[in-house]
Amino acid sequence: METPSLGRAAAIPEPIPGLTVENLCVQAGCKPLVENASLQLRRGELAALLGPNGAGKTSLLRGILGLAKGASGSVRLQGRELAELDPMERARQLAYLPQRRPLAWPSPVRDVVALGRHAWGCAAGRLGAEDAEAVHEALAACDLLELAERSVDTLSGGELARMHCARAFASKAPLLLADEPVASLDPKHRFKIMQLLRDHVLAGAGALVVLHDVSLAARFADRLIWMKNGRVVADGPPAETLDAPRLAEVYGVHSRVTGNRVELEGPL
Amino acid sequence: MNLRALLSPALALAGLLAIFAALLLGSTAMAPERVLAALLGMAEAAEHTVIWQIRLPRALAAFAVGLALGGSGAALQGLLRNPLAEPGVLGVSASAALGATSALYYGLVALSAWLLPVAAVAGALLATLLIALAAVRAASVVTLILIGVGLSSFAGATMSLLLNLAPNPFSLADMVNWMLGSVANRSFPDLALAAPFIAAGLALLHVARRGLTALTLGEEAAASIGVDLLRQRLLVVAGTGLATGGAVALAGAIGFVGIVTPHLVRPWVGHDPARSLLPSALLGGLIVVLADIGARMAPSETELKLGVVAALFGAPAFVWIAMRRRSIETSEA
Repeated sequence: METPSLGRAAAIPEPIPGLTVENLCVQAGCKPLVENASLQLRRGELAALLGPNGAGKTSLLRGILGLAKGASGSVRLQGRELAELDPMERARQLAYLPQRRPLAWPSPVRDVVALGRHAWGCAAGRLGAEDAEAVHEALAACDLLELAERSVDTLSGGELARMHCARAFASKAPLLLADEPVASLDPKHRFKIMQLLRDHVLAGAGALVVLHDVSLAARFADRLIWMKNGRVVADGPPAETLDAPRLAEVYGVHSRVTGNRVELEGPL
Repeated sequence: MNLRALLSPALALAGLLAIFAALLLGSTAMAPERVLAALLGMAEAAEHTVIWQIRLPRALAAFAVGLALGGSGAALQGLLRNPLAEPGVLGVSASAALGATSALYYGLVALSAWLLPVAAVAGALLATLLIALAAVRAASVVTLILIGVGLSSFAGATMSLLLNLAPNPFSLADMVNWMLGSVANRSFPDLALAAPFIAAGLALLHVARRGLTALTLGEEAAASIGVDLLRQRLLVVAGTGLATGGAVALAGAIGFVGIVTPHLVRPWVGHDPARSLLPSALLGGLIVVLADIGARMAPSETELKLGVVAALFGAPAFVWIAMRRRSIETSEA
């Protein structure tokens, strides 16, 4: 079997682009969900987006993607305003795993992963050589080759999570936004998914991942972006931004932090 | 894989055979060679008339109606991600019938024959648009079906109102024709009026097919992989509106075809909404032609309505699909 990560590293196009978000605001009616959020995401970097429920993490991701109504501010991808790209072009640059991942039909796993190639203009029935290869690599990377012909309604939660990752990887988009990709997974699968994202980043992609598990974020992420009440309150490597006062401020919990180890002790 | 590739050609062939069978059968059965001779214009005048004036336009009308309803059902199910969606259930057919009857009994059709299909299409478009708008606001499957029930009842009630108020004579029998649907006594000119709308609608749905597959992932993910949701909705609304409107202008409101055919086709195409579109349309054509043969051949005093035959088989199928759906939904939630 070939080494999938190397294959993907070679295939993700250069030059290294990045995502630059400046003063992004998202509103629902009069209620601000995200206020003046600014951040950068570079390739080869895994950034974790942390914050309590309702902090605006999902709204931030949706604002970046242009899916949120009432968003203002600037989101640039490789120096170009994202809003000016057509949806297909944007999808080739920026993959997204939403928090809710409904599947309407009991499709085969391979066809769902092949949807990652949608923006490249191919349908599941007729994949070009390059598309078929991308789908195969993504299936292999996520350990899904044996499940490829299975119907999605027969998969376990962990297998489904891997499939959604594979769908995002198959797009070969250099940047990935993932909203709680490990929610409701068992500890082993949490590690598995985070390792897949880590490999994806090692292969040259950049990923911004919403997480609720601070220890997992500290272990796998290069950078932690902390949000509270719609604002980015801190942004930096775990060593610089992760400490007990921060956890108290953002989550309102007592904790003990030693290096990358986090022990939550209870509410303030 | 090979089976998949053969599905549409096989259904098309079956459709042709069914149309041919429809030419053979009737109050006086005709032998195949005499039907062929009549088709080629080499038969005596009486048989030529039976084939060209009565049986062929009727069979083709049934096929066209089935194509439109099967294709529309598959597209609506893909857009709404709901195996119960269908022009009949969602009230699109009834609204189209209301449009058509309004045009007929307020004398608009006297101005131009085209106003009949145009009015039916307008009714269908309005209903589809309403459903699509409701789908954006309330994603709940149940809500949508209930809106469909409401639309159907409203269209039915308004048609009864027309019955009382219309300046032109409008009989209960006419209304039954429109509500239950029939392709009896259809002519080639009738077909020519409806066919352009059906063809245009199916063409739009064909353009929209890849977006339907992407919608398998839900709207948020579909948008993120490059689907322009607004364009997608407009294409499907316009496509089903045109196709269903054309079908209703031709045959009245025939229910359940659009719900049954995609359900039968889906397992054969890996549950892919894009790949189920064409086979669903072809199977719809086949089923309606067969149902119309059934309606003609049934041993009864007066001829059965095509829509009655369709509903006799379709309604139980609808209930069965609805009951099976519950189990999937609970496991997803």
